Amino acid sequence: MVSLVQLIGVSKKFGGASALQPTDLAFQSGLTTALIGPSGCGKSTLLRLIIALLQPDSGQVLFDGAEVNDANAQEIRRRVGYVIQEGGLFPHLTARANVLLMSRHLGHPAAEMKARLEELCALSQFPRDALERYPAELSGGQRQRVSLMRALMLAPEVLLLDEPLGALDPLVRSALQRDLKEIFARLKQTAVLVTHDMGEAAYLADEIVLMNEGRIVQRGSAADLRDHPANEFVSEFINAQRSVAF
Amino acid sequence: MKIGLLLGLVATSALAADPIVVGSKKFTESYVLGGIAKTVLERAGFAVQERAGMGGTIILWQALSGGQIDVYPEYTGTIDEEILKTKEPLSHEEMRTALEKFGVGMSTDLGFNNTYALVMRRTEAAKLGIQTISDLRRHPELKVGLTHEFLDRQDGWRPLATTYGLTMPNVSGIDHALGYAALARGAIDLKDAYSTDAKIQENDLVVLRDDRHFFPEYKAVFLYRLTIDPRAITALNHFGRIDEAKMISLNAAAERTKDYAFAASLYFHPTASDSAPRRDLWPKMARWTARHLQLAGISLLLSVLIGLPLGIVASRGGALGQTILAIVAMIQTIPSLALLALLVPVPFLGISATTAIVALLLYGLLPIVRNTATGLQDISPALRDSAIALGLEPGARLRKIYLPLASRTILAGIKTSAVISIGTATLAALIGAGGLGEPILSGLNLNDHTTILEGAIPAALLALLVQGLFDLLDRFLIPRGLRLGS
Repeated sequence: MVSLVQLIGVSKKFGGASALQPTDLAFQSGLTTALIGPSGCGKSTLLRLIIALLQPDSGQVLFDGAEVNDANAQEIRRRVGYVIQEGGLFPHLTARANVLLMSRHLGHPAAEMKARLEELCALSQFPRDALERYPAELSGGQRQRVSLMRALMLAPEVLLLDEPLGALDPLVRSALQRDLKEIFARLKQTAVLVTHDMGEAAYLADEIVLMNEGRIVQRGSAADLRDHPANEFVSEFINAQRSVAF
Repeated sequence: MKIGLLLGLVATSALAADPIVVGSKKFTESYVLGGIAKTVLERAGFAVQERAGMGGTIILWQALSGGQIDVYPEYTGTIDEEILKTKEPLSHEEMRTALEKFGVGMSTDLGFNNTYALVMRRTEAAKLGIQTISDLRRHPELKVGLTHEFLDRQDGWRPLATTYGLTMPNVSGIDHALGYAALARGAIDLKDAYSTDAKIQENDLVVLRDDRHFFPEYKAVFLYRLTIDPRAITALNHFGRIDEAKMISLNAAAERTKDYAFAASLYFHPTASDSAPRRDLWPKMARWTARHLQLAGISLLLSVLIGLPLGIVASRGGALGQTILAIVAMIQTIPSLALLALLVPVPFLGISATTAIVALLLYGLLPIVRNTATGLQDISPALRDSAIALGLEPGARLRKIYLPLASRTILAGIKTSAVISIGTATLAALIGAGGLGEPILSGLNLNDHTTILEGAIPAALLALLVQGLFDLLDRFLIPRGLRLGS
């Protein structure tokens, strides 16, 4: 099976400290993969390497079979959606302008943009009359919905989410988790989700990749990790989040 | 007939083509003589541009020999001592020969000598029958009050007394201005002065003739570039004479009315009334203000055009960024007067409005460069990552995201730069570029507070106005989304 995104022996150091040990990983199309692990385990670094916000010290990041480099980075980024904690919305632009930023930049036809925006509002349950508001005028949950719409605007082949719900209160968070699950299913979206919450990973992802100290410790379904932990660390990590009912 | 008409047209247009630039030094008499030269040339059919009160001898001489001005009034003694720096006084013919090497000509002397002189009350002199310095020998009882400078100078009181055999026992040192008051009260009977000082007329004093030619000659002349139209040279040499008494009265009129152009016109129309010398205040102030805004506005625009790109480069840090910030900060530490003086010898600048604008734009750079760099550096990494991850090219990131996000800080820098520019532009008058510095300078020169305020108050109001204008501009230029949070 050809994977859209593939990492071959990719490693990354910050200063002297190793953030990611040489790692091989491929993501299956149409599925949601969760990267999970304690802070500093290298899960965000891995995500940032995929979208070329970081360059690997060794190894290759392949996108659709081609190595990501300076020449094709711009084009590849436009085929990937990226959502971060707190949204990363531009405060000087309205919700609408944030979502349409790239389409307008690329000169897409107005009618097409309008139709896509309608579609996305419905999909992400975002009230259309709030489109003219600035990020400062939106709630945290609404900001994440706008951020998601912005990431989905160009119909990306892969959606990357870096702790997208990390800063939200529990009620908003669970509503958004439900909506995200539905959106992924409806769009058959290939998605990679970084989280430190086992419950969220289990709920949203088809496959979980558990990382520690820059290495992949175990890959599998939530049940696999629970029932057949690869080592002491895996069972400790899962037991630490014992409130989770899965 | 037709050919004659044609020649006439050619001649007229040639006259109108390049204005003759008349400069003057920064003291009353020089302003007045500059004004007289202007009228003389205008009456001869030339277009004239006046650069009044440009500075001291060195600046005027550099401007003349460098071709930024064509004519200015000078004194033979100064030509000897400061320009040609000769050991022995030269004759006028020797001076002309020496000046020719610089492409400069010297007019016939204008008719008066502005040198050191001894003065006394006219009534007292008449009573005692004193007309010359030699006559003083008969009156050793006179009380003498001299400026400290004149007392100490090599060519001052002591050699003078030796030359004339004066034996007054009662000689004291007194400040120049206070000396006139002491003379009027009768506390002293004799003091030193410049021979065309307006105070001589004001206090009804008389200048004693230097019958043994002790004092060096400071005959007034016009210096001009030899390349100007020969008819202009003829006009400057043959417009008439100005004697000491006339010059004293013109200087007195200038100091009384604070209007140099009016004082100069008195030479041509001695009967003109000076009862309403301030009639032109409002139009004059409007002209100064317009000029001031022009200087500050052009320099601000250039500061922005140069400062923004420099700030963008500086925001990226590294050796280049550090160097830019260091150089721009260093410029700011140069005193503005020194910066002007440094720029004057630069080719293509010289004594001109361009120099003033260059100086102002250099001063305006720091706030713009620093605020642009800081504003861009302060953008959160999350927003930078978002802009990159969306797939915007570097140029589009800057234009659509980074600059708007930094707009508040950048505008604050431009505002600071504008206010600095308005304030510093007053110094432009020092190199004859005009603006509200003009009344401030002549006011300082005349020790006249009203004239100083005519420049200082509008300048302060302008600075406030500009500040207010920029506050208003913030509302249009800073995106609404950025103003919500604060």
